[in-house]
Amino acid sequence: MISAPVTNLPEGANTAEHVMVPACAVADLPEGESFRIPGEVPIAVFNADGEIYAIDDTCSHQDASLSEGWLEGCFVECPLHAASFDLRTGMPTCLPAKKPVRTHPVVVQDGMVHVVVRNQEAVA
Amino acid sequence: MRSVVVVGASLAGMRAVEELRAQGFDGRISVVGEEPYLPYDRPPLSKAYLMGTCSPESLALADEPALDELAAEWHLGVRADSLDPGTRSVRLSDGREVTADGVVIATGGLARRLPGTGEERPAGVHTVRTFDDAVALRADLEDHDSARVVVIGAGWIGAEVASTCRALGHPVTIVEGDTAPLARALGPTMAEVCTSLHADHGVGLRTGVGVESITSSGFGPWKRVTGVVLDDGSHVPADVVVVGIGIRPATDWLAGSGIPVDNGVLCDSGCVTVFPSVVAVGDVARYHGPRGPVRHEHWTNASEQAATAVRNLLAGTTVEEYRPSGYFWSDQYGVRLQVTGHPADAEEVTVVDGSPEGRRFVAEYRRAGSTVGVLAMNNPKLFGRLRRQMRAGTAQGSGV
Repeated sequence: MISAPVTNLPEGANTAEHVMVPACAVADLPEGESFRIPGEVPIAVFNADGEIYAIDDTCSHQDASLSEGWLEGCFVECPLHAASFDLRTGMPTCLPAKKPVRTHPVVVQDGMVHVVVRNQEAVA
Repeated sequence: MRSVVVVGASLAGMRAVEELRAQGFDGRISVVGEEPYLPYDRPPLSKAYLMGTCSPESLALADEPALDELAAEWHLGVRADSLDPGTRSVRLSDGREVTADGVVIATGGLARRLPGTGEERPAGVHTVRTFDDAVALRADLEDHDSARVVVIGAGWIGAEVASTCRALGHPVTIVEGDTAPLARALGPTMAEVCTSLHADHGVGLRTGVGVESITSSGFGPWKRVTGVVLDDGSHVPADVVVVGIGIRPATDWLAGSGIPVDNGVLCDSGCVTVFPSVVAVGDVARYHGPRGPVRHEHWTNASEQAATAVRNLLAGTTVEEYRPSGYFWSDQYGVRLQVTGHPADAEEVTVVDGSPEGRRFVAEYRRAGSTVGVLAMNNPKLFGRLRRQMRAGTAQGSGV
């Protein structure tokens, strides 16, 4: 994955610590769809009723890809054990997950969805 | 109801404790567990734990803060020997007695053994049910570098153990009495796919043949397995044998209790036994489903059943019927299989997406025009959608 230098970060972000990772074209992410950015720490991007969210893709319970989960409102249900996460906070809303997944800011620029990740997580 | 005793510190037992608290029960909760461990997750035992890629700690179903919050008393390393449903007292193997207003039976099952593989079995013969089982198998495989492994039974556990042993570099042969692996569960077409998975990874598969006996050499503590004699007279040499032929529900301790037992603890549609203050959950519970008494041996069921059973226990009567999602999964040979519904009931099976050869597909099982089951390999997204559709369909229709 190629990381671009950050030019337009949400408030509070810092260019030295963050990089903007391009995910996909906005047009390729219609409502209810998801996109997975592969890498050492894969990230899942969702279009939940028009709002775009990014969280860590791997379920905090066991090895499963949340981008393949069931999206309902701003919650995603893990496809393996049905743990559910709030895309806004990363918090699990039911068992078996007990730990949150990390959330990442999203920037839409020139028709592209970018995810802002902390530098050390950026995957070259 | 001021106190509840949960017999079985399993996933189902743990979920019962969690549900009790979640549903507002603030009385005393005692949990009795025969194994000396707090509740742990079994699915990784045949996979990541056996492979050596996950720690024992990661198997824990609850961490310390969560356990503190649940505020249960744990009686671990003791067996429940008997139950008196009238007084709801459970006699323990160390002579103590735990009495409560309500009882949750979550004793699960015991790995079935072949004749000659019971208590006096030679070294090298294993089952994979408990954490101790997995520890022993893992140690045995580590001690015997290129051990030839024979797995008896090509069911879910057998396939996963074979897959892991193969990944660890062991030569593996599976012996299966049926004509193909999982033929009854998935039907002949998909059983063929399972057969090819084994073949792809160089795992030998002997089907349609039973096991006559286990051979061994040595004496006393040095007695060790040397192979398996099949009922066609052939001998398959083995340094390690894993018996994966299912479980039998752990109900011996209920003999004489007055609680009806028949291949599990018999319950009504809400997991309640003939005694309203005694409910059963998980592998041991044979509840009354829409199509008669049924018992499930899957993680999802053990996890889901507690909510209904606890609600009915606290209500003192059956106010809610259990509706299983009927879902389970298996990770083997680097692919993820997911199954829901009743594939065994189908008249036909159709691949609706991808291809079995490509190791990524979804198949629908149909009967009289409607979908009765779904099997997916490496396609959780579409599986999830079809699973929901099917569930929505059965909710309006004939029941699960």
